Amino acid sequence: MADEPFDAEAYVDVAAKLIGLPVDPAHRPGVVLNLERIAQMAALVMEFDLPEETEPAAVYTP
Amino acid sequence: MKLATLDALSASTAVRSGAASAVEIAHAVLAHIEARNSALNAFTAVTAERALAEAAAIDRRKARGETLGPLAGAPFAVKNLFDIEGVVTLAGSKIDAEHPPAAADSFIGRKLSQAGAILFGALNMDEYAYGFTTENTHYGAVHNPRDLAHSAGGSSGGSGAAVAGGLVTIALASDTNGSIRVPSSFCGTFGLKPTYGRLSRAGSRPFVASLDHLGPLARTVGDLAASYDAMQGVDANDPAQAARAVELTAPALEQGTGGLRIGIAGGHFAASGLPAEAVATVAKALGATRVVEVPQAARARAAAYVITPSEGADIHFADLKSRAGDFDPMTRDRFLAGALVPAAWVQRAQRFRRWYRERVMELFHEVDILLAPATPCQAPKIGQETIEIDGVTVPARPFIGVYTQPLSFIGLPIVAAPLRQPGALPIAVQIIAAPWREDLALRVARVLERDGVTNAEPALA
Repeated sequence: MADEPFDAEAYVDVAAKLIGLPVDPAHRPGVVLNLERIAQMAALVMEFDLPEETEPAAVYTP
Repeated sequence: MKLATLDALSASTAVRSGAASAVEIAHAVLAHIEARNSALNAFTAVTAERALAEAAAIDRRKARGETLGPLAGAPFAVKNLFDIEGVVTLAGSKIDAEHPPAAADSFIGRKLSQAGAILFGALNMDEYAYGFTTENTHYGAVHNPRDLAHSAGGSSGGSGAAVAGGLVTIALASDTNGSIRVPSSFCGTFGLKPTYGRLSRAGSRPFVASLDHLGPLARTVGDLAASYDAMQGVDANDPAQAARAVELTAPALEQGTGGLRIGIAGGHFAASGLPAEAVATVAKALGATRVVEVPQAARARAAAYVITPSEGADIHFADLKSRAGDFDPMTRDRFLAGALVPAAWVQRAQRFRRWYRERVMELFHEVDILLAPATPCQAPKIGQETIEIDGVTVPARPFIGVYTQPLSFIGLPIVAAPLRQPGALPIAVQIIAAPWREDLALRVARVLERDGVTNAEPALA
C-alpha cells in the first residue's frame, strides 16, 4: 500500500457500499478523516519487515 | 476525622475499630456526592438506597462480632460499562439506555462487595470507551476536580473525577489504550492497569476484546493494592482470563525498591517538557539512571491504533448500519471508519503484537521496572482541539494516548503515579513491570508515595 497514496475518500465510498454500511453525507468527512489517520498508522505497521512465521498472539482455548 | 474523604483502608479501620459506623460513612459520602457531583458530572447513577443497605448490613455484622472484609465500609463506584444489578449499563451511550437493567453485578464489582466495599453508583465515560477526554455528548463532559474548565481524561473520566474529587475511595475502570492511566494523569490519582488476562472482565461491556483490561483508581497505593488483591480470582466467564492463582500484592507492599533494577524508557518514550520532567523527578527519587530503548514502540502504538477501531466497530456493526445518528458525534465517525478497516492491516497488526511482545520481554532480563510518561500533556481544556508535543501542534484526542498505547498493546501491568506542582495540574508517570509483576510496580509506587514524590490528595474545592 506504500506504492500508491491511500485514497480514503474513494475507499470509504466503495468499501461502505460493498459491506452495506450507509454513510450519511454529513458523517462522510469525519469518516474519511479517521480512515486517513488509521491508514497512516497502518502504513507504519505494513512497512515493517515482519517474519512470516510470526503468529498472532490470539487468545483461544478450545 | 472527615468521613467522606477517608481512604478505603482508613474507612475500613474506622469501621472495624468502631470509630465510625459504615452507615455514618455512607451518609457522609452521599452528602459529599450531592454537594460536588453537579460541578463534576462524574456520576450517571447514584445507588444511594443500596449503599445505605449495604452499610447497615456491615454494621449489623460488626454488632454480631462477625469478621469484616478487608474493605469493610469503603465507598466505591464503577465506570458505567460495569454491570450493576438493577441499573442499565449505559457504556456512555444513548443506544444502550434502551437495554434492560443488568441482572447481576460485574465479577470484579462483586469481588469488591464481598470484601465489604460499598457501591455508590455508576460513573460517566466516553461512549463505548472510545475516547481520552470524556466529552460525552449524551451525558455531558466530566469536569476535572483540579480545575473544572479542564477535561478529566478518558475514557474513564468519571472514575478519575470521582476519586480525585474525594467522592469515593476506589473507582473501577477499563483500560484498552490508556483509559485508566490517562484519567489518573489528568486528575492526579493512582491507577493500576493489571496484566492483560489478570482480572475477569465478565459483566463489563467490551470495547476491544484483544486489548481490554479492567482495574482500579484510588488516592493511595495501599487502596490500589488492597482492591486489586480483592478482585483477583478465577472466573470461567472471561475467555481471555489467564489461568493463574491469586497472587497478593499488599503483604509485600512495604518491601521498598532494594534489589530492583529500574530503567527509564527511551526512544518513543523520551519526552520533552513537563512529561520529561515528571519522569526525571521519579527517576531521581528512585536512583534510576539507565535508559532502556523500547524497540519499535511507535509502531506498537500504530498497531493498537489499527486494531482498536476495527474490533470496536464490529461489536456495534448492526447499530452503525441502522442508526449511526444515535452514536455520540465524538465517537461515531471513528466507529464508522473502523468498520471499513481492511483485514490485511488488522491481521498484520495482530502478528506484529507477537513480535513486539518478544522484544519487550527481552528487556525484562535487564530491568525489573521501566519508567515512562503517562500523558504527553496535562489535562487539556474541555473542548480543546490541539496539544503540543515536542513543539509540534497535533490534534489532542488521538495523541493523548501516545505513551499509554504501546504498553497496553502487550498487556504489561502498569501503575500510574501522579505528580503535582503547587498551582499546576497533575501529570502521572507510568511504572511498568513484566507480566504478572503488579507487586513490583505497586512497591515502587508505594516508595514514591511514602517519600512524598507523588501527590494524590483529594481536590475538595
